Amino acid sequence: MAQRTTVTVTVNGQEYTREVEPRLLLSDFLRHELGLTGTHVGCEHGVCGACTVLLDGQAVRSCLMFAVQAQGHRITTVEGLAPGPDPEQLHPLQRAFWEAHGLQCGFCTPGILMSMVPFLEENPDPSEEAIREALSGNLCRCTGYQKIVEAVKLAATMGTRER
Amino acid sequence: MKPPPFDYYPAESVEQALEILARFGYDAKPLAGGQSLVPAMNFRLAQPAVLVDLNPIADLAYIRPTESGLRIGAMTRQRAVERSSLVAERAPLLHETMPHIAHPQIRNRGTFGGSLAHADPAAELPAVAVALDARLRLQSPRGERWIPAADFFVGLFTTALEPDELLVEVEIPALPRRTGWSFQEVARRHGDFALVGVAATVTLGPGGTMERARLVFLSVGEGPVEARQAQEALAGQSPDPEVLRAAAETAGERDIEPVGDIHASADFRRHLAKVLARRALAQAVARAQGSNRADPRP
Ligand SMILES: Cc1cc2nc3c(=O)[nH]c(=O)nc-3n(C[C@H](O)[C@H](O)[C@H](O)COP(=O)(O)OP(=O)(O)OC[C@H]3O[C@@H](n4cnc5c(N)ncnc54)[C@H](O)[C@@H]3O)c2cc1C
Ligand code: FES
Ligand code: FES
Repeated sequence: MAQRTTVTVTVNGQEYTREVEPRLLLSDFLRHELGLTGTHVGCEHGVCGACTVLLDGQAVRSCLMFAVQAQGHRITTVEGLAPGPDPEQLHPLQRAFWEAHGLQCGFCTPGILMSMVPFLEENPDPSEEAIREALSGNLCRCTGYQKIVEAVKLAATMGTRER
Repeated sequence: MKPPPFDYYPAESVEQALEILARFGYDAKPLAGGQSLVPAMNFRLAQPAVLVDLNPIADLAYIRPTESGLRIGAMTRQRAVERSSLVAERAPLLHETMPHIAHPQIRNRGTFGGSLAHADPAAELPAVAVALDARLRLQSPRGERWIPAADFFVGLFTTALEPDELLVEVEIPALPRRTGWSFQEVARRHGDFALVGVAATVTLGPGGTMERARLVFLSVGEGPVEARQAQEALAGQSPDPEVLRAAAETAGERDIEPVGDIHASADFRRHLAKVLARRALAQAVARAQGSNRADPRP
């Protein structure tokens, strides 16, 4: 019988305890155990970036971590960015993506947002080159990146740290 | 895909990790940053029955100054190495190399020791460790041993590590005086594994000739490849562009045996190796000469 372990994780400020198999990926834990399907899964080998979440405030691939390893840690997913569903409640970065048309199908968007939140906190006034480099770990098959870069620039001017 | 089932043992200390590894032998694998091991498990290329998680071992993550160099704990995140001012000051070659490794999201999790232990022939850190004459401390229930980086890498994804052994620490000596360095690579996109890369150091002697040069390639063989003939050809010579160009040519023609794959043909890799070696040597020499000028001694 496969081993099962109890894991307690704080996700978007709320504590969850579940009994899981050690092989359960953090990405699948978020999606299937907690129903937080905003975290997308594209490749499961670290390349596409769709599954990016914050682990104790740092962007990481949730497909390259086991849920049991998140024991006692703090996870933030895209669902944690806005306090509610109203447009006014959106995180400035989300508003910028909306206004600058930074997405088409939206599959890559949660991973891009979760990568850009810490990036903009550390680089409040980034150059276009720095933005493009920071986006290199996130694949988008729709936009050609132009609008994503514009959205990140717009977010920087709006000040992502206003909240 | 999803990883196969395994039993999970978080280790709180090196001793505990070693004890679990000894108990399960070849069935067990240490889990560091997981940025190479977990993809391999998701693809079922690796199917360890037991994972020993090193992440809870807090005292394996550190960057400490030694008398003239550095010691880096195996579980230090690649991102921490990248951002360390101590590394920037004492191991500038390493500092300059870090951003070439994958993406920030990967470096946030991937460890310094994990990259060395994984020994991917396309990885940057093994080549840099050899170029810097790093020494690695390995620990097992039988005791500990120090091994030079050049002897640690024995083949494709293969190191001197025994199944019951852990890499715990890496010592990086300071560069000798009047030494310049350079890291060069070509990758298809920022963050991708390099098609070819090279780490170089050049130490100038009193007369401005090259006392010692190191040229270590990645992605052209089964592990880091030292360009021995080129290094020999450089020693004792004056660092003129023609000398550097000839050595780079030697390196690309005689010191490496690249193979072709879907990313690049063998010929293209040879071509890149020559170009990158020339650039790396030129930059290393320029930096060594710069530090020479700043040096008050003749
Ligand atoms: C999308 C992507 C792009 C990447 N691009 C690059 C790149 O451009 N360049 C590059 O160099 N790397 C790249 N990597 C790999 C990355 O740097 C990994 O972090 C690194 O190869 C392994 O380190 P880790 O800490 O993640 O180790 P893990 O994946 O946890 O372990 C790797 C192997 O080493 C063993 N191991 C780990 N630590 C120890 C130890 N202390 N003692 C004994 N054995 C140990 C494990 O058992 C396992 O077999 C990339 C990874 C991804 C997912
Ligand atoms: S699903 Fe994790 S990086 Fe693609
Ligand atoms: S918007 Fe469709 S993948 Fe990026």
